[in-house]
Amino acid sequence: MSDIDLQDQAIQVDTEKGNFKYPENYEFDAGIGLTEDTVKYISDVKDDPDWVREFRLKALEVFKKKPMPTKWADKDLENIDFDKIRYYLSKGQQPARSWDDVPDDVKETFERLGIPEQERKFLAGVEAQFDSEASYSRMKEDLEKEGVIFVGSSEGLAEYPEIFKPYFGKVIPTADNKFSALNSATFSGGSFIYVPKGVKLKQPLQAYFRINAENFGQFERTLIIADEDSEITYMEGCTAPKFETATLHSAVVELVALKNAKIQYITVQNWSSNVFNLVTKRGMADEGAEVKWIDCNIGSRLTMKYPGVVLKGKGARGEVLSIALANDGQHQDTGAKMMHLADNTTSNIISKSISIGKGRSTYRGQVHMPKHLKNCKNNTECDALLINTNSRTDTYPAITTRGQNNTVQHEASVSKVSAEQIFYMMQRGLSEGEAMSLAVNGFVNELMKAFPMEYSVELKRLIDMEMEGSVG
Amino acid sequence: MNHSLEVKNLHVSIDGQAILKGFNLTVPKGEVHALMGPNGTGKSTLAKVMAGHEDYIVESGEVLLDGVNILGQEPDEISHAGLFLAFQYPMEIPGVSIANFIRAAKQARLPEGEEINAIEYYKELYAKMDALKMDRKFTARSLNEGFSGGEKKRCEILQMAMLDPKYCVMDETDSGLDIDALRIVSEGVNLMRSEDRAFLVITHYQRLLDYIVPDVVHVMFDGRIVHSGDKELAKELESKGYDWVKEAFATASA
Repeated sequence: MSDIDLQDQAIQVDTEKGNFKYPENYEFDAGIGLTEDTVKYISDVKDDPDWVREFRLKALEVFKKKPMPTKWADKDLENIDFDKIRYYLSKGQQPARSWDDVPDDVKETFERLGIPEQERKFLAGVEAQFDSEASYSRMKEDLEKEGVIFVGSSEGLAEYPEIFKPYFGKVIPTADNKFSALNSATFSGGSFIYVPKGVKLKQPLQAYFRINAENFGQFERTLIIADEDSEITYMEGCTAPKFETATLHSAVVELVALKNAKIQYITVQNWSSNVFNLVTKRGMADEGAEVKWIDCNIGSRLTMKYPGVVLKGKGARGEVLSIALANDGQHQDTGAKMMHLADNTTSNIISKSISIGKGRSTYRGQVHMPKHLKNCKNNTECDALLINTNSRTDTYPAITTRGQNNTVQHEASVSKVSAEQIFYMMQRGLSEGEAMSLAVNGFVNELMKAFPMEYSVELKRLIDMEMEGSVG
Repeated sequence: MNHSLEVKNLHVSIDGQAILKGFNLTVPKGEVHALMGPNGTGKSTLAKVMAGHEDYIVESGEVLLDGVNILGQEPDEISHAGLFLAFQYPMEIPGVSIANFIRAAKQARLPEGEEINAIEYYKELYAKMDALKMDRKFTARSLNEGFSGGEKKRCEILQMAMLDPKYCVMDETDSGLDIDALRIVSEGVNLMRSEDRAFLVITHYQRLLDYIVPDVVHVMFDGRIVHSGDKELAKELESKGYDWVKEAFATASA
C-alpha cells in the first residue's frame, strides 16, 4: 500500500547517481574510426567463428551503402561523426560469476549503481556490461538446472551455436536499417537467453548497460529465445556519465517467442543528454505466443526506437507500452510496429510522451494488416503531455488495414499542464517542480500499473528528478 | 506576535484595471469573518492575491500572517506559512489520486529526510472522510476529475482539514452545493473552528451563514470593504438585496 516500503527495492538508475566515471584503462581498444580493420580487430579479439566474421564484414558494407534516414528523421543524426567513435573497448576479462572476481573499478561502478544489492533482493539473474563486454554474469542455480541459458552474446554464439545461429539476425536482418547494420558489424556484449519448453521464470533476469568511456559506441546484441509454453521477463537498465562529446548507443534486440510462449522485455533507460540512442528492437510471436515491450525512455540527446512485434502465428499477441520524457534539448522519437501475418492476431500500442521546455517528442506507429487475414485487431493510443509552450510533439501513425473483420482503433490526445493546475497544487504546499512531477506521474499513472512494482517506483523517482531539474 | 490575518491598504490591478482599491481587513485567530458583496467587486481577486497568484499586480499594501508580510512569496511558501485557499473552481488533476495528492502536500511540509507514516496518515484521512461523509473509495479517484460540484467542494474541505492551516480562506464554497451537501460541508468547517484558527468565508449568499455562523460580516463593494457588522447584517443584505449596497455606497466611493 505504501510507496515508502518499496523504495528500498527500487532499481537505482538516476542520472546523478550515474554521473561518475573511472579512469579508462583497457586491455583491448579497436582505436578510433570504423574500417574493415576495426571489424577484423573485434573478430580477432573475440575469436569469432568464420560465419560471424563474414556476417560482420557483410554488415559493414551494408552500413556504408545505406544513407542516413534524415529524409524523415531528425537532422541531428548528421552530427554523428563515425570517424571519431571508438568501437570496442574491453579489459579483456571473462564475465565473472562472482562479484569478488570483477575488477575493482568496474565492481565499484556497479555497486554505486546498486546492482549487486538488487540481485540479492529480487532478480533471478544479472548481467552487467561495462563498455563493450559483460563484466559479470550470473543466474540462480535452480534455473541452470532447468536448462535456462543466460550468458553474454559472445559466449552464446561460441557455446550454443545450435540454438543461437538459426535465430540470430532472423528477426532483424542486417539491412533492416543503417543502425542495425552498424550493430551487426561491430556488436559485442548483450545477452543470450534460452528458456526451455515449459519453463516459466518467476523472477526477472536483468542486464545493466554502462558506458564509461568518452566518444564510445556501445553496440550490444541481445537474443532471447523462449521455447514452447515458456515464460520470461527481462529487464534492462542503462546509464552513462555526462560527457562533453557525443556518445553512441546502438543496440539490436531480437526476441523469439515460440508456440504459446510469453516474453516481456522491460527497458528503463536514463542516458545522459549527449548520448545518441539508436536502437532496433523486434520480437517474433508464433502461434498463441505473446511478446510485450515495456519501454521507458528518459534522457539522451536523440532516441530513435520503435519496438515491434511480428505476429507470425495464429492467435499471437503483441504489445508495446511506452513512456518517453523529452527535456530541454532532447528529442524522443519513439513508437511501435505491429506486423500482423496470421489470422486472429491482436496488438496493442499505448504510448505516452511528455515534452518539457524545448524538449521534443515524436510518435511513429506502423500497423500492418494485409488483405488475406481475418479477425485481427489493433488498438493504438498515443497521448502527449506538453509542459510549457515551447514543447513540441508530432504524431505519425501509419495504419494499413485490409481484409475481413479486421479492426483497428486509434486514439490520440494532446494535453497541457496549465498554470492554473500548477497554482492549485502549489497552494497546497507543493513546490513548482513537485507539482509538475505530480502532474506527469498522474499522466502516466494508468500505464505504470502495468509495470512490475520495482520499475514503477524507480520510474516515478526518475520523473521527479527530471521535473525538479526542469524548473529554473 | 500579532495573531491575525491582516490586509492593509491593498491595491491590486490586472491588465491595467484596478480591482482592489485600498482594501483593509483584520481577522483575528478564533474568529470567523464573512465577506459578502455583489459579483465583480473583487472578492475572488482578494483570495487569489492572498494565495500568491502571479497574474495580479500588487500596486501597494500588505497581507500579514501573524505580522509577517506574505505578498511576493511563492504560493507554496504562503501555504507553508499557514494560509489555505478553498477554491471556487477546484482544478482537475488527472491520474493523481486524492490520497496521493494530500499525502504529497503533507510530505512537502516535513523537513528533508523525514517521511510520512503511512499507517497514521490513512487513519487520519479516513477519520476526516467519515466526518465529511465521504466514501472511502473516494481516495483512489483522480483529484476532482469528473466530480460533481458538491464532491469538489467536499474534497476542498477534506484537504483543508488534513493540512491543518492557521488561516482558511473559502471562496464561494457554497456555490454548486445542494442543501444536504451544504450542511455536511458546513459541519466540516464548524468542526475545525478553534482559538488557533481564523476563517474568511467569501460568499454571495446568506444561506451558507445559517450553517457557518460568522462573528463579523463585511460588505465589499468596488474593491474595498464598505460596511461591517454582526451576523444580522447578512440577513439584512439578504432581504434588501445588493442593490441596496450599490445605492448606499456607490456615491460614497465615487
